Amino acid sequence: MDKPEKFITDGIRLDGRKPDELRPMKIEVGVLNRADGSCYLEFGKNKVLAAVYGPREVHPRHMQKPTTAVVRFRYNMASFSVEERKRPGPDRRSVEVSKVSREAVEPMIFTEYFPKSAIDIFVEVLQADAGTRTAGINAASVALADASIPMRGLISSCAVGKVDGELVLDLMKDEDNYGEADMPVAMTPDGEITLLQMDGNLTKEELKKALEMATEGCKQIYKLQRDALIERYKKDIEEHKEEVELAEVVAESEETIIESTTDDTDEVGGLHNE
Amino acid sequence: MNKRQIIIPGDVLSEDVSIAGDGTYVRDGKVCASLYGILSEHNKIRVVPLSGKYIPVRGDIVIGTVKEVTFSNWIVDIGSPYDGLLHISEYPRRINSEDMSKHLKVGETILTQVKELDPMMKVELTMRDRKLKPIRSGRIFELSPSKIPRLIGHGGSMISLIKKETNCSIIAGENGRVWINGDDCNIDFAIDAITKIEQESHIPGLTDRLSDFFEDAKSQKDETDEEYKKKNILDEILE
Repeated sequence: MDKPEKFITDGIRLDGRKPDELRPMKIEVGVLNRADGSCYLEFGKNKVLAAVYGPREVHPRHMQKPTTAVVRFRYNMASFSVEERKRPGPDRRSVEVSKVSREAVEPMIFTEYFPKSAIDIFVEVLQADAGTRTAGINAASVALADASIPMRGLISSCAVGKVDGELVLDLMKDEDNYGEADMPVAMTPDGEITLLQMDGNLTKEELKKALEMATEGCKQIYKLQRDALIERYKKDIEEHKEEVELAEVVAESEETIIESTTDDTDEVGGLHNE
Repeated sequence: MNKRQIIIPGDVLSEDVSIAGDGTYVRDGKVCASLYGILSEHNKIRVVPLSGKYIPVRGDIVIGTVKEVTFSNWIVDIGSPYDGLLHISEYPRRINSEDMSKHLKVGETILTQVKELDPMMKVELTMRDRKLKPIRSGRIFELSPSKIPRLIGHGGSMISLIKKETNCSIIAGENGRVWINGDDCNIDFAIDAITKIEQESHIPGLTDRLSDFFEDAKSQKDETDEEYKKKNILDEILE
């Protein structure tokens, strides 16, 4: 597509969004059964898959750190993810994205709990439409939680850009290609920034405004990430709701008896009967 | 907060720092969750994870596989990011260094205990206890280590139910490996029950559902037995 004449007409963008509106996001948790944690995420036309393995042994051995875990992040674009076939394998761009994404999620992980081990994160972009690194970070963060890796909190990420001299949230492809600026941001729910990059030019005032917009966007994404994680087990619990309520009534009446008997029993059941 | 609530890392759980338990951390004088799991409030506030790797703790009973035999140690895979070391002196009997692979070969499975653990995560194992021994019969079944407390149940109630119903001896290692010994079809039956626990451990009322499961299985077995008898009678008549 060639450069459109106008990106915003009457406050509505090319794809019908308002300037401060995100693209629709769909998050599925635990989609890969061989990974310790995984997440499939659709963000507009972006489709990414994140897998987390670990903590596990470090190979090659010289990479291991004596007091903390090493976090490794691999961002990769599938050759079919873009319109023109991409040469497979790492390139300058994906090495950079991997590095900044790792630095975006690493501060949230309690790496000191797992010395001499590795936590591997793989993000595979299946379909790209601008903002794949933010989609990758969002997916990786959910996958890390799914892998039960201790974290300080989730990381949410989205981009702010400038088209037609106006700031817009979450650029789509044409806005990214022909726009004036693109600024991906990743942050904690408290608004602490772990990633901030910028391509293009913004004035000081614009940067401040852009950060405010990104904070708003990240808040919305954090909600979606949360809901996706809760939804995963909620369905099962709800299906058995009646039984659960019944069991709870019984349990409450039994609780006092059980608690007094548990104290002196061996945690590893079965051994005492041998 | 209601019971059985699903918790996301970073959630604020309480203002009272003194009750911070496993799966939590303290930030700005507040107890926050560090894990994705289910809230539990017994004395201490804890987040019980639904999955995750086994991290050794001193005193844990684990089931491991011998990976390598070195001059004075067996290197044991205990299903964790860290390998266990079983020193020759921790073997139940005094043996010579040359004979190590005669007593425990590579690939052999052992019931062992974590004796010592240093901050560098060097895991020392021991077999110097009567209950610890090489495993040479039965079957090993692996499930997520976070489900082991559910398999054992309140004061061992769940595991003893399965033992009673299946006539198997079952030993659950803290690292998620379960040793089941008994009749072949009884082992299959026990594994079915354990699989059910693994899949439904996050849903309350598990003990009741498992009792139902055993009752169903029993009535089914009776039916098949009856059919079998009928068939035998028919065969006799036909002859």
